[in-house]
Amino acid sequence: MLLRHTPTEITDRKALMINPAKTCQPIGAMYASLGIHGCMPHSHGSQGCCAYHRSTLTRHYKEPVVAATSSFTEGSSVFGGQSNMLQAIDNIFTVYEPDIISVHTTCLSETIGDDLTQIVKKAYDDGKVPEGKHVIYAPTPSYVGSHVTGFSNMCKGIVSGFAEKTGEQKNQMNIIPGFVEPSDMAEVKRLATEMGVKTVLFPDTSGVLNGPQTGRYHMFPKGGTTVEELKSTGDSMGTLALGSFASSLAAKFLDTKFKVPCRVLPLPIGLVATDRYIDTLRKFAGVTVPDSLTFERGQLVDVMTDMQQYLYGKKVALFGDPDQLIALTEFLVTLDMVPVHIVTGTPGKEFESTIADLTRDSPVPVNIKSHGDMFQLHQWIKNEPVDLLMGNTYGKYIARDEDIPFVRHGFPILDRVGHSYFPTVGYRGGLRLLEQILSALLDRKDRDSSEESFELVM
Amino acid sequence: MEAPVTDTNRTESTHDVDLDKVRSEILSKYPTKVARKRAKQILVKPGGAGTDIPEIGANVRTVPGILTQRGCCYAGCKGVILGPTRDVINIVHGPIGCGFYAWLTRRNQTRPASDDSPNYMPYCFSTDMQDENIVFGGEKKLKQAIQEAYDIFHPQTISVFSTCPVGLIGDDIHSVCREMKETLGINIFGFSCEGYKGVSQSAGHHIANNGIFQHVVGLDDTIRGGEFRINLLGEYNIGGDAFEIERILDECGISLISTFSGNSTMEQFANSHTADLNVVMCHRSITYMAEMMEKKYGMPWIKINFIGARATAQSLRKIAQYFEDDSLTARVEEVIAREMPAVNEAMEANRPLCEGKLAMLFVGGSRAHHYQELFSELGMKTMAAGYEFAHRDDYEGRQVLSSIKVDADSRNIEELSVEQDPDKYRLRKTEEELTSTGQIYREYDGLIADMKPNTFVIDDISQYETEKLIEAIKPDVFCAGIKEKYIIQKSGVPMKQLHSYDYGGPYAGFKGAINFYREIARMTNSKVWSYVKAPWEKEPELTATYAAA
Repeated sequence: MLLRHTPTEITDRKALMINPAKTCQPIGAMYASLGIHGCMPHSHGSQGCCAYHRSTLTRHYKEPVVAATSSFTEGSSVFGGQSNMLQAIDNIFTVYEPDIISVHTTCLSETIGDDLTQIVKKAYDDGKVPEGKHVIYAPTPSYVGSHVTGFSNMCKGIVSGFAEKTGEQKNQMNIIPGFVEPSDMAEVKRLATEMGVKTVLFPDTSGVLNGPQTGRYHMFPKGGTTVEELKSTGDSMGTLALGSFASSLAAKFLDTKFKVPCRVLPLPIGLVATDRYIDTLRKFAGVTVPDSLTFERGQLVDVMTDMQQYLYGKKVALFGDPDQLIALTEFLVTLDMVPVHIVTGTPGKEFESTIADLTRDSPVPVNIKSHGDMFQLHQWIKNEPVDLLMGNTYGKYIARDEDIPFVRHGFPILDRVGHSYFPTVGYRGGLRLLEQILSALLDRKDRDSSEESFELVM
Repeated sequence: MEAPVTDTNRTESTHDVDLDKVRSEILSKYPTKVARKRAKQILVKPGGAGTDIPEIGANVRTVPGILTQRGCCYAGCKGVILGPTRDVINIVHGPIGCGFYAWLTRRNQTRPASDDSPNYMPYCFSTDMQDENIVFGGEKKLKQAIQEAYDIFHPQTISVFSTCPVGLIGDDIHSVCREMKETLGINIFGFSCEGYKGVSQSAGHHIANNGIFQHVVGLDDTIRGGEFRINLLGEYNIGGDAFEIERILDECGISLISTFSGNSTMEQFANSHTADLNVVMCHRSITYMAEMMEKKYGMPWIKINFIGARATAQSLRKIAQYFEDDSLTARVEEVIAREMPAVNEAMEANRPLCEGKLAMLFVGGSRAHHYQELFSELGMKTMAAGYEFAHRDDYEGRQVLSSIKVDADSRNIEELSVEQDPDKYRLRKTEEELTSTGQIYREYDGLIADMKPNTFVIDDISQYETEKLIEAIKPDVFCAGIKEKYIIQKSGVPMKQLHSYDYGGPYAGFKGAINFYREIARMTNSKVWSYVKAPWEKEPELTATYAAA
C-alpha cells in the first residue's frame, strides 16, 4: 500500500495539512499571465517559487513555460526587493524583449510588504520600460486562498492594467473562461463564435500551452489575448465570468470601474451548465442559437440516454478546484450518479453551500469540505467506498490502494496527455468526460467479471 | 529518401565553431553590468596540453530577470537531501506551495523492508500557513501540527522545514522542535532553510548536512554488516540508481551501512559513523558530511563515480584498494568481469548510432560532469557543460578551496565547528597507511579538468544563453531539466532530462549504463524529428531559404 499509514478512523486536525488539494497563489497568476500575447510572467520573490511553478506547469502541459524572477537574496529579504525588481525589468526587456511583463508576488515579498504599485511606477519613471511596452501586476500572497485565488487576482491585474473606456461601446462580449485548460478556453470561444457573438476571451492560453512542434522555438507564441483586445474590455457590452472563484473578481472590477455589466456562471462543464452558458450568451448578446449547437447538445443527451444503465446510482469521490467541482457535481447528478465525497483545498464557505444545494436530493449523506485535503478524502473513502474517483494526478495513489476506477480531471495532470488538447467544457467536452467515465467503469467491469459473464457487447 | 530537416540544418563543421566569438556575441546582448558578471561565469576551455585550469565565477547571486534554472535553499534541503528518507515525517512550515511542489516530484525511489515498515514519502505534510499565522506567528500551529502528526502516525522522527516567510516573521522552529522532542520523546529537529538563504539549492544542502550530522549521525553504535563497510554519500536513488549500486556492492561483498540519502532511513544515518569508508558520488551536496564525519569519527573519504561502466569499475577498484584485501579485490574483479560483457555488447550495438555526435549538459551540481563518462563511452563529445549551483571546487577541483572567498550572500550559512568525538573517534588509517594504499583521498579534480579543449563551461546558464548555444553548436542531445525540456525540443533538438531521467532509469552502475546507451541511441535516431516539417513546408521553400541565406 502506497498510503499505508492512512487510518480509517478519522481524527480532528486543526494544524496539519496532509496531501493538499490545492497549491499556492503565484502559479495561478503565472498561468493567467501566459494567456496574454507577448507576455513574460515575473515572480517577485526568491527564485525557488518561480522554478517550482514553471516546473509544475511544464509537467502538466509538456510545453515550454517561461517566467522570470526577482531572485531575492537574504539582503533583499531584509531591505526590500525594489532594486531586484528594477534590475529584472531592465534585463527582461533588454534580453527577452516581451511586450509585457506581468508581475506577481510570493509569500516572501508580501510578508516584507514590497509595494508593487510604487516599484512599477519607479520602473516607468526611471525609463526602464521601453516605449510601447507594459508592466502590469497583481499581489498574490501564498498564505491566502490557493492557486485559483492567484489566477483570479491576476485576471483582475490584467484588466486593471489594460482596460480602458473610450465611451464608444463595442459590439463584443468579454468572457473570462476561468482556471481551465487551453482546450477549454478554445472551446468556450468556439461556442460563442458559433453563435455569432464577437468575444474578447481573457486570459487565453490556447495556442500558448498546447502549441505545435515546428522545429523552431518561439518564446512568445502566436496565442494569447492581445493588448488591443484587453484595452477594449472596458468598452464591451458585458462580461461573462465562468467559475466564480476564478473569474468573478475581474468581471466585477470591469463592472464597478467601467460599468460593463457582468454575469457570473458556473463553468460550462456538462449538459445543464453548458445550456446555461449558451442561453445566457443568447440573451445577453441578443442572438439565436444555431442548429449546429442544438445538434451537438442532442449528441450528448443521446449518449447519456444510451449508457444510462452504467451510470445510475454510481458513487463518486471528487477533489480539485472549486469551480470545476461545482460544475462536475452538477453534471454527475444530471447523469444519475451520486457524488458522495467532495473536497477542495481552496477555502470558501460558498463552495460547501453550493455543493450541498446541488446534492440535496442525494440518496446518501454527502461529505463536503472546502479547505480540506486528500488525506481526509481518502479516510472518507475508506469509510464509505465509491465506484469512481475523479481528480488530479495525485489521486492515483488512492485509486491504486483502494482499487477504484479513476478519471483524471483538473490541475495538475502530470502523467497523461489529452487534457490540453481536448476540452471538457461544452457539449463536446461533456461527451469526452462521459467517454472517460464510461471507459473507466466499463474497463473495471471487464476486468472484474467472471469468464462466463464476460461480455462482448455493452 | 528525404533527409530529416533538422539534420540538413546542422552545420557540417560544428567542431570548428569559434567559441570565443559565440561567447562575445552572447555577452553583447546583456546590459553592461550583467555582461561583466556573466563574463566570469562563461568560459571557453583553452586548448593545448598543460594549460592551467581557468578560474570560473560560481556560487554567486543570480541576476534578476535573467531566466535562471536555479531553485532555492528549501529545495536543496527538503527536496534533495531529506526528501528521499522514508521513515521521517517531514513537515513543511509555510504556506502550501513549498510542500506541494516537493511532493513526489523528485524520483527518489525507496524500498521499505516490509509491507508495514514506515514509508511516509507518498505523503505531503504542511502547516499550510494562513494570513493570521503571518500576522500572529505560526509557532502554535507548528506545535499543534507536530502533535497531530505524532498522534496519527507515531513516527520515530519528525523534522521541520522553514520556508521564506518563517524567518521573516521570526518563528523559532528550533525551540518548538526541542519542546516537542521533550514532550513526545521522539527525535524532532528543524532546518532553517528559508528559500532566500544563499543563492541557490546549494545553501540548503549545507543546512541539511549540518542538521542530520547534529541530530542523527552517531545516535546508534550497533555494528552492522560484514567486513568491508562503507557509506555511499550523495546518491539519491533517482530512477533506482541506488538499487543498482546496492546490487553491485552486494555482489562484491561490500556492506552498505547507509546511503545519504537514496533508499535511506533515519536508522541508517544514526548508524553511519560506524562504517569504515565514505564514498562520495555527488561532491556538491554531501561533502560537508564526509568532512565532518572524518573529523569527528576518523573515517576517510574518497570521491567515486558510479555513472558510466568504466567509472563504475574504477570506483569499485578504488574501494577495494582502500581495504587492501586480496579476496575483496578478487571478488571485485570477478564482478566486473561478469558484468562487462553485457555492457560491451550494448555499447557496441549503440555506439555506431551515436559516435561523433555532440552533447551539452547543464544539470544541478554533479551530473553535468558524471554523465560525460557515459557519452564518451558512446563516442560522443561534450561540447558544453555547466552547473546550476556548483561552487568553484566542483569546476576547478578541490585544490582551489583555500582561495574561495565566501561572499555576503552565503556568509550566513552556518559552518559547524566539529571536534573529535572523545568516545566514538576511531582513526581508520593513518595518513601513511592511506598513502600506501596508492590512491588519493579527499580529492576531486572537478569538471573542467575532464572537458576537452575548445568547449564551453558555463555556470548558472540562462535561457538566452541556452538558445544561443543551440543555435551556434547544434548539439545532437541537450541534457538539463524539466523547465528546459520542451523549450529545447521545440528547437528540434532531442532533450534528455538528467534530473528525472525522463521517468526512466536507472542509469548508474552496469545495468544503468546499458539503459543509458539505449536511451541516447533512441533519442538521437528517432524518426520523429524527420516529421517536424510538413511535406508542403519542405519543398521547394527549403532550397529557396538556403539560397537566400
